[in-house]
Amino acid sequence: MSQINSPAELEEFRQSILSKRDPDKHCITLCSGSACHASGSAEVIASIEEEIKKQGLGAEVDVRRTGCHGFCERGPIIVIHPEEICYFQIEPKDVPEIISQTIKEKKLIERLLYTDPGTNKKIIHESEIPFYKYQKRLVFGSNGSIDPKSIEDYLAIGGYAALAKVLSGMTSEQVLDEVKKSKLRGRGGGGFPAGSKWEGSRNAPEKIKYVIVNADEGDPGAYMDRALLEGNPHSILEGLTIGAYAIGSHEGYIYVRQEYPLAVENVHIAIKKAEEYGFLGKNILGSGFDFIVKVHRGAGAFVCGESTALMTALEGRAGEPRPKYIRSNIKGLWDRPSVLNNVETWANVPLIINKGADWFTQFGTEGSKGTKIFSLVGKITNTGLVEVPMGMPLRDIIYKIGGGIPGGKKFKAVQTGGPSGGCVPEELLDLQVGFDELTMAGSMMGSGGMIVMDEDTCMVDVSRYFIHFLTDESCGKCVPCREGLRQMLRILTNITEGKGKEGDIELLEELSETAREAALCALGKSAPNPFLSTLRYFRDEYEAHIREKRCPALSCKELIAFHIDPAKCQACMMCLKKCPAEAIVGGKNKIHVIDQEKCTKCGTCFEACPPRFGAVKKISGEPVPSPVPEEERIIIRKSKEK
Amino acid sequence: MDNDKIDQIVDNHGCEASSLIQILLDIQSENHWLSKEALEKVSKSLQVPLTRIRHIATFYKAFSLVPKGRHEIHICVGTACHVRGATRVLDTVQDLTGIRPGETDLDLKFSLETVNCLGCCALGPVMEVDGKTHGKMAPSKAAGVLRNYE
Repeated sequence: MSQINSPAELEEFRQSILSKRDPDKHCITLCSGSACHASGSAEVIASIEEEIKKQGLGAEVDVRRTGCHGFCERGPIIVIHPEEICYFQIEPKDVPEIISQTIKEKKLIERLLYTDPGTNKKIIHESEIPFYKYQKRLVFGSNGSIDPKSIEDYLAIGGYAALAKVLSGMTSEQVLDEVKKSKLRGRGGGGFPAGSKWEGSRNAPEKIKYVIVNADEGDPGAYMDRALLEGNPHSILEGLTIGAYAIGSHEGYIYVRQEYPLAVENVHIAIKKAEEYGFLGKNILGSGFDFIVKVHRGAGAFVCGESTALMTALEGRAGEPRPKYIRSNIKGLWDRPSVLNNVETWANVPLIINKGADWFTQFGTEGSKGTKIFSLVGKITNTGLVEVPMGMPLRDIIYKIGGGIPGGKKFKAVQTGGPSGGCVPEELLDLQVGFDELTMAGSMMGSGGMIVMDEDTCMVDVSRYFIHFLTDESCGKCVPCREGLRQMLRILTNITEGKGKEGDIELLEELSETAREAALCALGKSAPNPFLSTLRYFRDEYEAHIREKRCPALSCKELIAFHIDPAKCQACMMCLKKCPAEAIVGGKNKIHVIDQEKCTKCGTCFEACPPRFGAVKKISGEPVPSPVPEEERIIIRKSKEK
Repeated sequence: MDNDKIDQIVDNHGCEASSLIQILLDIQSENHWLSKEALEKVSKSLQVPLTRIRHIATFYKAFSLVPKGRHEIHICVGTACHVRGATRVLDTVQDLTGIRPGETDLDLKFSLETVNCLGCCALGPVMEVDGKTHGKMAPSKAAGVLRNYE
């Protein structure tokens, strides 16, 4: 392929791609994102290809490996175009039937369709499934229909049109004004207005400037940036190039975690293709604008998601943050003006240019415009990635899209914003999602992790978990974070182990205040949030742990015990056989008893006991009842009495 | 790991000191750990002091300064897996292998690590052995998976 040298040539080329594509031809798209891959999509696609060959349909059916469709709970997912028939949880054994029935005979396979849990009706099309129906997929929408390794696929859906528009007809001021007018705010956590950040760099006197993609997605339970990079890398490259044009930069970096091998691979391929076609490199689309992009793999440090630490890491040093007396958009990478934005922020840029700031601002709330992708995970029926307009109430996201809490359990809280965020309790579920709204509730938007917790989750343990995470990830440069968090972790661990004492809560509050005031970077400053927000809404749980040595959620290992109710035990041997510690004594027709000395509290017996018996109980804050005497442990079954 | 291979990796990155982390990552993925000799070799080629290299090798989680076992177990302890019971899985695996996160057993059979999120939250709790993801783990299931490795 020769280079494309002008916007007109790009349009011509796009038309030639489209003319070769028959919209009525069957095309099977299969999600090949990391999550579906883990649930077996590679085997499925292999058998699809084999089966198509076997049935001689090679010329009539296309197969396309796409990025993440978002509905990870039901993976592997396939969608058959043009009918848009959506099948879930496909296994290789289903494939011959799909090819012979659905492709050849045009018949639906009922059992692979989505069943609406409310009405029990089968749903055929993706857009009608509640999980997708209530979303607004502006940024994430193309993920399910294009092959991330193919630049033609991206061009076929109008890719690089925004770049052509910018390079052929807009001055850099106009681009900047459009982004400012769109009120786009950074999707990575801080929510800083992207336009102002760009303007700062643009106006900085230094000649050499950089643009950087922050794909060091470290928040546990958040994976939307990975899904975008894996599924639609060109959209990020296009946004980055437009940003570079706006501020006058000729060199960009993508900082991506090495824990995301597929994202690294797809980005490398995308850059290579874009260079071949002339969307990157010298004289892009004949405009005279030069821009190159390099990929830097992060070596595993949470703190490198912080802007100054990330830039230090890019320079090839240990990623420690520095004080921000001068912002990094003025003095960043190698002391030069550097615009760092999150993956999702960059992916929004081509949309804003293509459709205009006015179109963009119609979505969202006063302070937060556009949409946001959340990763809806934890104790939720429909785990996956959801993109919703800003301002949607949390309740709608969790119940309408997420399908509520599985197993008939009660909702307790939703944790947003990753380790720097906080927990939002049930009484605030009608809160609209937005940068300012979440901050007011004591949490934050963060990068978009949304972890749902039910009644079995102990909030003290959640707070301990996050402080433990941050203690581990603290770079150690400043004292409030390095030492303060360590002490907070010690106190919280004591509380969850039943060694808490009066005054602990106050001491934790004091340490929190110091970290918040005096830590060097955002990691330390926001580190106490998980503790402070859980204390604000769930103080009673802390007090139960400290005063009564009781874990109300029956989750803290040191504070609970497992006990078999002799009145309910049917001596079925289920728990006895499964116990990995061999701590259960009993036998056939002999009531089982847990040897508390041997018990490791792994909970296997609790899960093994058939629900209709429900004999295994978790108890907390009270002594374990002593086992029934040996002679009373024989069960005489009624059927055998005759 | 031989010196030629290290030279080749250094050359691939244009022998630039700013690529130090990228070079160490490549050596790590090739060799599964960073030996003292390898670090000294990189130090010489890039003209970067060994102290700085060790600073980086100990700062970032991806690097290991000790050899790894034949099978690498990664247990996800991300928030989503945590609320679904990852700690119980981790406890069981520790009991079975006799090693704690960051350690390798004496037979060099297993190395155990915890990771903060593998991004397969729908499958949580997740355990990864040699890159293969095992989802919806429970203590008894984890024991079953580990039995398959020699």
